[in-house]
Amino acid sequence: MQKVYTKIESIVGNVITVRAEGVKNSDLAEISSSTGVSLARVIKLDHDLVSLEVFSGAQGVSTGDSVRFLGYPMRVSFSDNLLGRIFDGAGRARDNGPELRENMINIGGPSVNPSKRIMAKNMIRTGIPMIDMFNSLVESQKLPIFSVSGEPYNQLLARIAMQADVDIIILGGMGLKYDDYLYFKDTLEKSGALSHTIMFVHTASDPTVECTLVPDLSLAVAEQFALQGKKVLVLLTDMTNFCDALKETAITMEQVPSNRGYPGDLYSALASRYEKAVDFEGAGSVTILAVTTMPGDDVTHPVPDNTGYITEGQYYLRNGWIEPFGSLSRLKQNVNKDTRDDHRALMDGMIKLYSAYKESLEKKSMGFMMSDWDEKLLKYGALFESRLMDLSVNIPLEEALDEGWRILSECFEPNETLLRSDLIEKYWPK
Amino acid sequence: MSAKTGHVVGVNGNLVNVQFDDSVIKNEVGYILVGETRLKGEVIRITDGIASLQVYEMTEGISVGDKVEFSGELLSVELGPGLLTQVFDGLQNPLPELAEKCGFFLQRGVYLDPIPNMEWEFTPTKKVGDVVEAGDSFGSVPEGIFTHKIMVPFTLQGSWKIRSIREKGKYKSHDVICQIENEKKEVRDLTMIITQPVKRAIKGYEERLRPDEPMVTKIRIIDTFLPVAKGGTYCTPGPFGAGKTVLQHLTSRNADVDIVIIAACGERAGEVVEILKEFPELIDPKTGRSLMERTIIICNTSSMPVAAREASVYTAVTMAEYYRNMGLDVLLLADSTSRWAQAMREMSGRLEEIPGDEAFPAYLESRIAEFYERAGKVRLKDGSIGSVTIGGTVSPAGGNFEEPVTQATLKVVGAFHGLSRERSDARKYPAIDPLDSWSNYSGIIDKSAVDKVYAYIRKSNEVSQMMKVVGEEGTSLDDYISYQKGDLIDYVYLQQNSFDPVDFAASVTRQNDSFSLLSDIVLSDYNLKDKRDARQFFNEVRQLFLDFNAVAENSDEYEKRKKMLIAKVEERKR
Repeated sequence: MQKVYTKIESIVGNVITVRAEGVKNSDLAEISSSTGVSLARVIKLDHDLVSLEVFSGAQGVSTGDSVRFLGYPMRVSFSDNLLGRIFDGAGRARDNGPELRENMINIGGPSVNPSKRIMAKNMIRTGIPMIDMFNSLVESQKLPIFSVSGEPYNQLLARIAMQADVDIIILGGMGLKYDDYLYFKDTLEKSGALSHTIMFVHTASDPTVECTLVPDLSLAVAEQFALQGKKVLVLLTDMTNFCDALKETAITMEQVPSNRGYPGDLYSALASRYEKAVDFEGAGSVTILAVTTMPGDDVTHPVPDNTGYITEGQYYLRNGWIEPFGSLSRLKQNVNKDTRDDHRALMDGMIKLYSAYKESLEKKSMGFMMSDWDEKLLKYGALFESRLMDLSVNIPLEEALDEGWRILSECFEPNETLLRSDLIEKYWPK
Repeated sequence: MSAKTGHVVGVNGNLVNVQFDDSVIKNEVGYILVGETRLKGEVIRITDGIASLQVYEMTEGISVGDKVEFSGELLSVELGPGLLTQVFDGLQNPLPELAEKCGFFLQRGVYLDPIPNMEWEFTPTKKVGDVVEAGDSFGSVPEGIFTHKIMVPFTLQGSWKIRSIREKGKYKSHDVICQIENEKKEVRDLTMIITQPVKRAIKGYEERLRPDEPMVTKIRIIDTFLPVAKGGTYCTPGPFGAGKTVLQHLTSRNADVDIVIIAACGERAGEVVEILKEFPELIDPKTGRSLMERTIIICNTSSMPVAAREASVYTAVTMAEYYRNMGLDVLLLADSTSRWAQAMREMSGRLEEIPGDEAFPAYLESRIAEFYERAGKVRLKDGSIGSVTIGGTVSPAGGNFEEPVTQATLKVVGAFHGLSRERSDARKYPAIDPLDSWSNYSGIIDKSAVDKVYAYIRKSNEVSQMMKVVGEEGTSLDDYISYQKGDLIDYVYLQQNSFDPVDFAASVTRQNDSFSLLSDIVLSDYNLKDKRDARQFFNEVRQLFLDFNAVAENSDEYEKRKKMLIAKVEERKR
């Protein structure tokens, strides 16, 4: 069906309406206007009235422009040729490389059958002690990084992209500042990680509709690689921009908003993306790490709130480091029993001491007398923050554990740590 | 019945408008034909000759003009022997079988037989000439450890006479085993399987009774302080990460009922996987069989189609009512009812209905009430008692209990177990807030005894609030002791370690024993010099009590620890 329609009935926001017949829901169309050719997607059918959202925005579209329906839904090419490439939100090459057209796959495919899932059991090492040691990232996990504007979340993601021990990294950027895009590109290029990375980047200056496609493109490709047995890590930044783009379309379509203007299906929209994280029995896995900036540092804002109900824990990135409190990887229990025998005990023990340090710090700021014990805690806190929490620290898990023991031994007597005697016997630096 | 048809005239998300040729029934099921695939939907509104269908599948690829077939039947489930141990989606598609057929992904438009056509040992309990009505049992088959009654469909009207019935023997579930006839000489063939519309409550009992028998969960804070009754309802609202799902898992393992139905409605798939992998390995202490044998899982996780999510809670409650009518105690756990409410909100938005609070539809409250009212304890025609208990979690936006779903739920439930972020952050599990929560049911321990102890929890909270202002120095010794007592109750009784092999389940006798110890400690006066002395004393008592909690019942160690604890307390009693 290659019929061309030239009667556009209405143009509202990025949604145009055209009279056409035989059109299928979710199909793509091509709109040729004075500003160029753009793709559009069918989002509503009402008798012969077809509503389409125009990927590159409806600005400059004339009522007399021609609309050609392509007869297939949004697709993306899938092959090993994608590796090292950079695309935009509509799947076009962004890196001056050739456009890829072979082996097109549909995006936003069906959900995985729950009875075919398996329990997550493999850790993904990142070389960041606050993750590996205290809140291990687990294959097939979906975790958001809750942060606020101005925090170095993109730097964190770039580091994880360089260091995580996975086969393929897929980076989905939504509403990225151009500088941040260049930062990702340069950092990954320099480190050599770009060769096993695929980037789908929508920058802040690109049309909004393309922003909503980035997670689906990234995850569709990730899923295919996982089915081929690859261990895929999908990094998304920033999901709040994605939700805002959804909000924009919903409002244009005159949908009844539910909470702060977000559409009622926000939870389902987020869930259908996050639930793509999976460990396939007998094949690979998809793990999702997604930055979600909290407007006004408010975790009850609809975006972080709905995200929290979907994901398996969260990292809080505040004041330049990953908060030990509040951050939680729900699946860490599945993996940290098999790393080293002191992992769990040291993790709990050090966090308890760090929380005691926080109390001492509070006491100090209120002008109370500092006891010997308080002094010890203050020293411990400072060492803990500079030698383990600092995001520039880059050591494998085993070294981080050893470092933990060293810090403890510099501050405390063995019996003050409340750790098991057999572990102290084995690991306390002599 | 001749198939009625129509054709698609509009698509908006999962709502499809259909122009029908003849007549349609509200809430009947229709299938949209997209190429070779048939997509299931339900008529939820009829206006100006257009039927609006909510489609239980993704609506990609539907086009105007596609043919629609109406089935003439309401959205229904099949009920019969073979339901137990199964894992279904919201529309009663068996997921493992679906996986065998379609692989990793849920292919749309594939609907499999929910109940396998297995052979069962049928024993008739009625004979030719007997008169039966809807819901009457005419025979039984053994299903695992239960006697599964075979019943006359609940939808039949009037009285029917049995024309023929098979003898005792092995039959397949789809074999005709009985024929009945009414006064108008209409004849019906009955098999072991009946079809029941999900949105209509199953009746067929003699009368509804007041739920007065506690349903033991082996969780101390619930059984002693905030009990749930068999046939009652309760809800568990809480912000994310407060442990709603862990609490429901514990309940599903330990609850003292015959059958547990878990409706994972719009939640994480990973959690369902945990149940799927864990339950077959766990042994039910009551029966000595695998826990799976008493469990049915309805699983419509968050990424599965939204409309089917709405159906899934009805599917679950219909199965619960069916087993109740065999004289069994059934527990239905719905996690989470907020997702179900959100599914209603999505549909309501597409229908362009006038929105209520936070865009939830105006009928939200009545739908929630209707659902919880399907719980209850009933006396059946043969005198036996059955019950459906419903426990629903609620996921309030922002953890704020003022939102519409929580409020609508609180109006209709008999017990409220509110989880608090504060308690879960402090790692105090289960994070049920003892002060905000309430229950209208009577528990395993006499209410007046419980109230006396409860008073100390409140008092302790007041003192601790005050202490934040005036400091420990400004608090009187008496108040300080009350505070310590409340703290003790919290640590040794309200909190329970779900990962400890002993502590995770406290039997009724054990709770009685522990509670009398605890109330003796809390209600006694002590010779304590000063606050430091008091703190030290209660710390020691706490340690001894925790040690006591950690040893198994009926062991020498149990008695020994108990004696040590009593000795410690007696030492300082005034």
